[in-house]
Amino acid sequence: MLSWLDANLVSILNGVAIGFLLFILAIGLSLIFGMMDVLNLGHGALFLAGGYLAWAVGGSDPGWGGFLAAIALAAVAGLVCGGALAGMVEPLRRRGHLDQALLTLGVALVVAELLAMLFGRDVRAVNPPPGLDRTVLVLGEPYPVYRLVLIAAGAGLAVVTHLVVERTTVGALVRATVADREMVSAIGVDNRRVRFAVLGLGSLAAAVAGVLGAPIYGARPGLDATVLILALVVVVIGGLGSVRGALIGALLIGQIESLGRALLADAASFILFGALAIVLIVRPQGLFAGPGARS
Amino acid sequence: MSAAVSCRSVGRTFGALRVVDGVDLEVRPGARHALIGPNGAGKTTLLRLVTGLLRVSEGSVELAGRDITRLSEVRRARLGIGQTLQHASLFGSMTAAENVALAVRRHERGGIRVVPVRERAVWARVDQLLAEVGLAGRGGVVAARLAHGERKQLEVALALACRPRVLLMDEPAAGMSTAERTALAELVRGLPERVTVLFVEHDLDLVFELATEVTVLSLGRVLLTGSPEAVRASAEVRRAYLGTTRAEPLFLPPVRGGADVPTS
Amino acid sequence: MIAPPVHTGRYLGGAAVVFLAAAPLFLAPYATTTLTRMLVFALLAASLDLLVGVTGLPSLGHAAYFGVGAYAAAWFTKNVTATGPVPVLVALAAGAATAAATGWVAVRTHGVFFLMLTLAIGEIVAQAAETWEPVTGGSNGLYGVPSTRIAGSPLDVAGLYWYVLAVFLAGFLVLWLVSRSPFGAALRGIRDNEPRMRALGYATRPYKFVAFVIAGAVAGLAGGLLAAQQRLVTPADLGFTTAALALLAVIIGGAGSLWGPCLGAALVIVVRDVVGPDLGGHGPLLLGLVFILVVYLLPRGAAGLRPPGRRPVREEASRI
Repeated sequence: MLSWLDANLVSILNGVAIGFLLFILAIGLSLIFGMMDVLNLGHGALFLAGGYLAWAVGGSDPGWGGFLAAIALAAVAGLVCGGALAGMVEPLRRRGHLDQALLTLGVALVVAELLAMLFGRDVRAVNPPPGLDRTVLVLGEPYPVYRLVLIAAGAGLAVVTHLVVERTTVGALVRATVADREMVSAIGVDNRRVRFAVLGLGSLAAAVAGVLGAPIYGARPGLDATVLILALVVVVIGGLGSVRGALIGALLIGQIESLGRALLADAASFILFGALAIVLIVRPQGLFAGPGARS
Repeated sequence: MSAAVSCRSVGRTFGALRVVDGVDLEVRPGARHALIGPNGAGKTTLLRLVTGLLRVSEGSVELAGRDITRLSEVRRARLGIGQTLQHASLFGSMTAAENVALAVRRHERGGIRVVPVRERAVWARVDQLLAEVGLAGRGGVVAARLAHGERKQLEVALALACRPRVLLMDEPAAGMSTAERTALAELVRGLPERVTVLFVEHDLDLVFELATEVTVLSLGRVLLTGSPEAVRASAEVRRAYLGTTRAEPLFLPPVRGGADVPTS
Repeated sequence: MIAPPVHTGRYLGGAAVVFLAAAPLFLAPYATTTLTRMLVFALLAASLDLLVGVTGLPSLGHAAYFGVGAYAAAWFTKNVTATGPVPVLVALAAGAATAAATGWVAVRTHGVFFLMLTLAIGEIVAQAAETWEPVTGGSNGLYGVPSTRIAGSPLDVAGLYWYVLAVFLAGFLVLWLVSRSPFGAALRGIRDNEPRMRALGYATRPYKFVAFVIAGAVAGLAGGLLAAQQRLVTPADLGFTTAALALLAVIIGGAGSLWGPCLGAALVIVVRDVVGPDLGGHGPLLLGLVFILVVYLLPRGAAGLRPPGRRPVREEASRI
């Protein structure tokens, strides 16, 4: 057992790091989905835009200034894009899910293609900022410091999000909206503002996740689709609008992506589908969907 | 003979809200049993507990002596529970006749086949049902284009197509014109004895015209079950509706269009 | 809305078949090849329409079954026999089997969940195609697929066209019969108002599952035709872009009619093959813009068939 752990420690830690990155991405998707009933297929493109931003601002060896500037810029850009997306979705509110999904899909395709035109088809690798580009020994294995920092940052963010959603007035509004959208608008909450805020903040998280993920994934065409699918699977597994569900789903998918691929390279896709199928059979609403959640 | 429908200590909670609370209800075979009560009394919820759209939190539901508490809505429908909903709920893109045909096919020969067999009999039955509910000649109209009253009539045709043993109707007359209402009363009265009817209705004139038995619900509990006359005379019922024993006339119809369903 | 009046429809349909059958006699080989590609894609679009337009299940991953069929037919043609129509029948079976294996999970979900899940299934299958190298050839795909043989000799351009046309007509006929049957009426009932169907005593999930498998089988059949026509299958054929293009064909052609999406597919192929090369590989940009435009410009949106006015059913069900 211990030797197995030793042999796979790096994969497991990678899985945790990927998991937290997915969590940041999925929590936005999940809340947009839970609160607005909109499937935002543009989420992956925003992540990719964040990655390219990291490269464009800081270059492939960013200093702290460049890296932090990239994060700040990504936050602003994400907020603006999310607001714009909310404005575009607004006229379609009375339409079916498919219309809204097609719109965000169109936006995602356009954004991804524009990014490819701007940055080319090559992988744009980004190194961690100074001080974090080393490795340390974890249980005798060298491991990149940046990924450990990412794990810590992700965990911190998970705690903060959890506290905000469970303990604050804003969080109560979020939970209420997920449970019963009509009811919340009936008691006089300005749904329009909530929608803009949710899409804005969710997109902000996606773009920032892109910057944070750049030192791991780099930025390349196609990355948007890959992370989008993983985030979708996380949301399906976790249940919509649930912070705890998104976290556990993300950590699970992180392990499947990392440990699963390391141990059973050929079967990883099937394991991913298997995990989805099992969760949907046992808990059709996802693992942690609230009682009011709709399928 | 056992009751057509009986609810034993049936309760349903939504979160902390107890919407139906220990209801005992016996609907005699062949009865025209009305459920009345102020808004929020749990009438619609109780109906849904019988149809199976909602599951009970406690208690049991029986259909002609058979425990159906654990059965799905689909199974209950096949056992003979027909329903019409508060808001006409139809297949909007199809014609009235196609709407009824869906129900007829399901119940006349136990299912759907890919190969169309006995379609002629299906359409004959469809015409008959449409005529029965007063929609003769309207079969070719797309359901979404029917007038409100016509949609409610079509609802009834769908329910009857299921050859129900028990017909549950949630405010069948809501939004109907006087003429449509008279026709509806006629239709319900004309139903064969073997069809038991349990209906929720706010129009108390209609209730006292049709019902052979009335149950009054208030705040999720049964206040009283009895003959229409007994209910009309009850002071307790008066209090529940009006908060006073002095007000006349006895029954003021509640405000139309008010939310009757507890929104949890 | 469902179909043109029966008689007009019959004459139009007959005329279309006659025109299609005679096409290679007066078209240049290049145009015949384009028409072949259109038929392949039209069958995919029509099969997707059975889900999207008839049953109301908007799948974002339908290309998976198309691709599986294409791989199965290509592999079978290379390794077993190139004699038609055996490879496309293998493709049909493969599409049906994959749809059955994944569909039972998908039909358990509704609304946005269904969209997400089909998207995820499609991508997972595409990933599997890329990684399962011994069978699929990895990212290179399966190439060098031999020509389909009928009666011992390989098909030429016109022969291939007639072969594809015959299979297309058979597949389309299956979809059309299913859609017009009482079973199809039940599928439309599920599309319009699933809760009401349950209240009538229909167990809706098995219906959706069967529709899903039929659609997957016909998509697989279309994939088999793709393998015969391209004689090359790559992961892109079951990728998301293919699924999105098929959905686009359904939407611009008019969901629910089966024949409309075929016309939509022809248009999509024309744009992709004629305009596409001038875009210097920026096809996705055009596709994205078209999606955005379509959503805003189509008066009743992508579903097209939803009756006007409110939809009380969902509210009924979601009140609880």
